[in-house]
Amino acid sequence: MEKYRIDPSKGMEFGIYTLGDHLADPRTGERISAKDRIQQIVRLAQLADQAGIDFFSVGESHQPYFASQAHAIILAAIAQATKKIKIGSSSTIISTSDPVRVYENFATIDLISNGRAELIAGRASRVGLFELLGYDLHDYEALFEEKFDLLLQINEEEIVNWSGEFRRPLRNAEVLPRPVNGSLPIWRAVGGTPASAIKAGYAGVPMTVAMLGGPASVFKQTIDAYREALTARGFDSAQLPVATTGFFYAAETTQEALRDYYPHINEGMKKTNGQGFPKQLFAQGADHRSIINVGSPQQIIEKILYQHEQFGHQRYLAQLDFGGVPFEKMERNIEFIGSEILPAIKKYTKQGGASE
Amino acid sequence: MKIVGISGSIVGSKTKTALSLLWEEMVKAYPDAEHVLLDLAEYEVQFSDGRNYLDYPGDTGYVTEQIMQADILFIGTPIFQASIPGTLKNVFDLLPTQALRDKVAGIIVTAGSAKHFLVAEQQLKPILSYMKAHLVPTYVFVEEKDFMNGKIINDDVHLRLQRLIEDAFDLAEAQAGIRAKKEAAYDF
Repeated sequence: MEKYRIDPSKGMEFGIYTLGDHLADPRTGERISAKDRIQQIVRLAQLADQAGIDFFSVGESHQPYFASQAHAIILAAIAQATKKIKIGSSSTIISTSDPVRVYENFATIDLISNGRAELIAGRASRVGLFELLGYDLHDYEALFEEKFDLLLQINEEEIVNWSGEFRRPLRNAEVLPRPVNGSLPIWRAVGGTPASAIKAGYAGVPMTVAMLGGPASVFKQTIDAYREALTARGFDSAQLPVATTGFFYAAETTQEALRDYYPHINEGMKKTNGQGFPKQLFAQGADHRSIINVGSPQQIIEKILYQHEQFGHQRYLAQLDFGGVPFEKMERNIEFIGSEILPAIKKYTKQGGASE
Repeated sequence: MKIVGISGSIVGSKTKTALSLLWEEMVKAYPDAEHVLLDLAEYEVQFSDGRNYLDYPGDTGYVTEQIMQADILFIGTPIFQASIPGTLKNVFDLLPTQALRDKVAGIIVTAGSAKHFLVAEQQLKPILSYMKAHLVPTYVFVEEKDFMNGKIINDDVHLRLQRLIEDAFDLAEAQAGIRAKKEAAYDF
């Protein structure tokens, strides 16, 4: 785990991620400017840092209703504005960028932040960026695999010799600057199905898995498949961390949390995905088996610990700002995390901790 | 309330004729609803490649978006080679898996003979159910002998189409009522 800067003796890591969505608050119908939204994300990262949260990440998205097209630049601002928190992307669409440029950016963020930068590479769920950035959608899968491999090679080797289909060969290329500790933690983003997790396992890279809704036991199959694939290829699953991601919202009571967050999720999904989130499914999010972590702080603690029992994962990433959530509500969530949720999770998940 | 009709073939005239007659009757009976009739012959719809429907440009984007906005869908289909035409199946393939959630779907089938009657029951309904539509249980089946000179000459077909329209609107109203009651009970 050291290579990925994770110390299991301190307990499971808790992080916050944003996709950088730029949506109206459905209660007022008003949308802040892109300038304000980007500054809000930087401010949220600062609050997370002050609350002792382990990780903060920003996604890359090139479609309407997002402000995170240049996510690496937002991360550079966050690197400068924060002190201790680890920072990363969630995710970087490696398929439609040159891995050399991506690595240069993230190694630079690592230098600005004193060795706190990480990268989660993904394939994009929406595909408008292929045309925008000049790539052929027919190469969706091949582009990702080739560029992700090159990215990993650049991370491991200071002098790179490489050739492939989608960019000109590299001959004794020195990709600079190098990160503070020689390499960056690079994760593979996985969509939630075992089929996609297996690919991360075969590559022997850490996995960050998206969990939109459903029971934890179903996602356990994805995590088991990943670890089996690791073992089949001779990797040690005890050395490769797993992170999970999902909707998160804390309020005084579970009912209040559901009431507060639902319109943001439903209206936000309509705009960004073309279909709302059924209320019935969201209501089932209150069930202790659901991976949606919306509820009172105590209920969220119980759910996250239950998920940790199932998954044995090293990091959980919470999405609490989706769909135009007012900033004071985000602040309130960070307070709940810092004062109640984070201490309890650390206490019960650290090695030799209260649960063992 | 938005009503979208799909005439599911780019060749022939019978499906379009039957759906146009349904449309005339429906506009008379429910003048306040928003109506969009999509005759696939008038659009250049590309084959599905798995992307989110919002990412398709041009006609493909227009057709999928109209369907996604519908409260009631009337799907007209001929029978080709013992099944629905590929053009209509492609429209379903372009949409998300649960695209028809909270939508009512009514079916109108046109066919050369009565031998094709069960095709909709056994092949079209399972697709619509999989996509989570509320199905009007009975469909209107119109065959070659009911047509003459581009018109439907069997009066029974006119009456059956009227019943399909009524049943679809009643089902949509009932389902909306159930949904509203259920959502109110969640209190969030």
